[in-house]
Amino acid sequence: MTIYFTEDHEWISVEGSTGIVGITDHAQEQLGDITFVELPEVGSDYGKGDSVSVVDSVKAASDVYTPVSGTVTEVNTDLEEQPELVNNDAEGEGWLFKVTLSDKSELEGLMDEDAYKTFLESL
Amino acid sequence: MNTINRSGWKPEMGEVDVHAPEDAPTASGDRALNLEEPLIFELRAADGAGKCGVDFDDMPDAMSPGIAKFARKKQVELPALAEPETVRHYTRLSRQNYAIDLGPFPLGSCTMKHNPRLNEAVARLPGFADIHPLQPMDTVQGAYAVIEQLADWLMKLTNMSAVAMSPKAGAHGELCGILAMRAALEARGDAREVILVPESAHGTNPATAAFAGYGVENIPATKDGRVDLEALKARLGPDVAGVMITNPNTCGLFERDMKAISDAVHAAGGLVYCDGANFNAIVGKVRPGDLGVDAMHINLHKTFSTPHGGGGPGSGPVVLSAALAPFAPIPFVRRDDKGRLRMVEERQRPDQAPQSFGRMAAFHGQMGMFTRALTYMLSHGADGLRQVAEDAVLNANYILRSLEDVLDAPYADAGPCMHEALFSDDDLPEGMTTLDIAKGLIDEGFHPMTVYFPLVVHGAMLVEPTETESKAGLDRFINSMRSLAERAKAGDQSLKSAPHFAPRRRMDEARAARKPVLTWKAPPGPAGEPALCELGGS
Repeated sequence: MTIYFTEDHEWISVEGSTGIVGITDHAQEQLGDITFVELPEVGSDYGKGDSVSVVDSVKAASDVYTPVSGTVTEVNTDLEEQPELVNNDAEGEGWLFKVTLSDKSELEGLMDEDAYKTFLESL
Repeated sequence: MNTINRSGWKPEMGEVDVHAPEDAPTASGDRALNLEEPLIFELRAADGAGKCGVDFDDMPDAMSPGIAKFARKKQVELPALAEPETVRHYTRLSRQNYAIDLGPFPLGSCTMKHNPRLNEAVARLPGFADIHPLQPMDTVQGAYAVIEQLADWLMKLTNMSAVAMSPKAGAHGELCGILAMRAALEARGDAREVILVPESAHGTNPATAAFAGYGVENIPATKDGRVDLEALKARLGPDVAGVMITNPNTCGLFERDMKAISDAVHAAGGLVYCDGANFNAIVGKVRPGDLGVDAMHINLHKTFSTPHGGGGPGSGPVVLSAALAPFAPIPFVRRDDKGRLRMVEERQRPDQAPQSFGRMAAFHGQMGMFTRALTYMLSHGADGLRQVAEDAVLNANYILRSLEDVLDAPYADAGPCMHEALFSDDDLPEGMTTLDIAKGLIDEGFHPMTVYFPLVVHGAMLVEPTETESKAGLDRFINSMRSLAERAKAGDQSLKSAPHFAPRRRMDEARAARKPVLTWKAPPGPAGEPALCELGGS
């Protein structure tokens, strides 16, 4: 299992051809208390960089972009009742959706944890 | 000391001077003029028996079968209060609220804060107030003349060729402008797909473009908070229908490259929409038509002082360039060859407005706002309107320069601001937030400023004083903001739980959004038995 990060503050944890996607701890901290998560539909196909989900917080509504192309296979339905899971555990229980990757080579353009940390420091 | 009531005069009633502790409870729950008030349904429950402020007719014994099936099976749960109780209920609630007639509204907004009383007097003249849009045209020539004259002022102030008067508010005006752009592009057989929207635009701009069927693409802002001209130029092409630019923008800055932006967009075959919500900062100083703008809405409820938010409908006329004028929506006022004013409607469309894209509203717009806006223009005159812009900008800059040493002002070095001053939370210590400053302002007796918008600035605090605040009023606000910033920097933890003196303490906004309770339910037990209003006979 390998975790990758995007400049838009999403993470994707990949095992085989399945990825789990969420927003980073930094992103949840910037957004403040999250009040609602609009999840994508299971079975829908998206291209890398498409807006697939919206995270509402007390401050703003923010699009979540998928880091890779693929088909959504599962969404975190716990977030419907408990959007605060994203605040409490953004990179764990607060995951948003699972995706079957259609092109694993897209992962090469993403950051690893160290690169993302360096990226955050540069902001 | 910068306080009100410096003389210290108080209406003392006697010599006895035994002070009650500040938090001493009262039996009623009210504290002198600080009034508590239950929900209207709780009032009903507290009073027990049902009552009704009016007498209803008895229900007819026999209802026609068609209606009888809709008859209620049980009584309606109305609050059932007498008239004085109802009046007091809402008056008491209103006293827990903040209002434009109580003090400054520092919100950066697309809405005016003071509505001159002269506007109200004119709008209430029976010749304007008591007419109907379907009256014979010859009986409402005066009202049509108001529309014509207001349209003339708007076109002259903006140097544009036409104006659509019917849009009901800013975003409705945006849609009108974009639909006119779409009609013009389609008329030349060049339907395009994308509208470019810079980061510094109003949030409604991308929503409007999407609603009109266009794809929306973002254009980044430069470090000084303005549209990145080079990034915009790089994106222009045969698929770009146009741009939507808010000028002055939501960072409170004038887009200095506006003419270059328009030229580039036009050269690429696109059209330019300008969000004119903040026109009050440039009215009488800049004519958007001179900057190459093709369509721009004007918030009469901001630049021209008509009530909104504080209690009135918006009104968002859209001025159009010569290129877009033929596509303006119906209806509009036009003089016939005998000099009579006529409303060009559907029936006249084939002859008089063959390229009109259609209609934005049932009738010709917000007549009540037209009379108010024209009253404002005529009472100020051209020179007075120019002074409006100068004073609005001066007031915002006074706030910006008076606070930039205690709060981070990200674009302070980019030159003077326009209608609003923008601060960030960068100078606040760890743990102190923009929200704490905003809540502290409530204790200071002010409505908070706009917070966390625009998104391009971290922990944004956006302050718009408008032209109607006096220097003394601005100084009071600045004094409060300085005090709050200094308390935050000193780590004053009491700010974290502000407001302390408001009718309600700090709300749990996250819980309110996550688990909103939107309907009242009677608590169980006899005390909560609804006391219903008896509707009709037995």
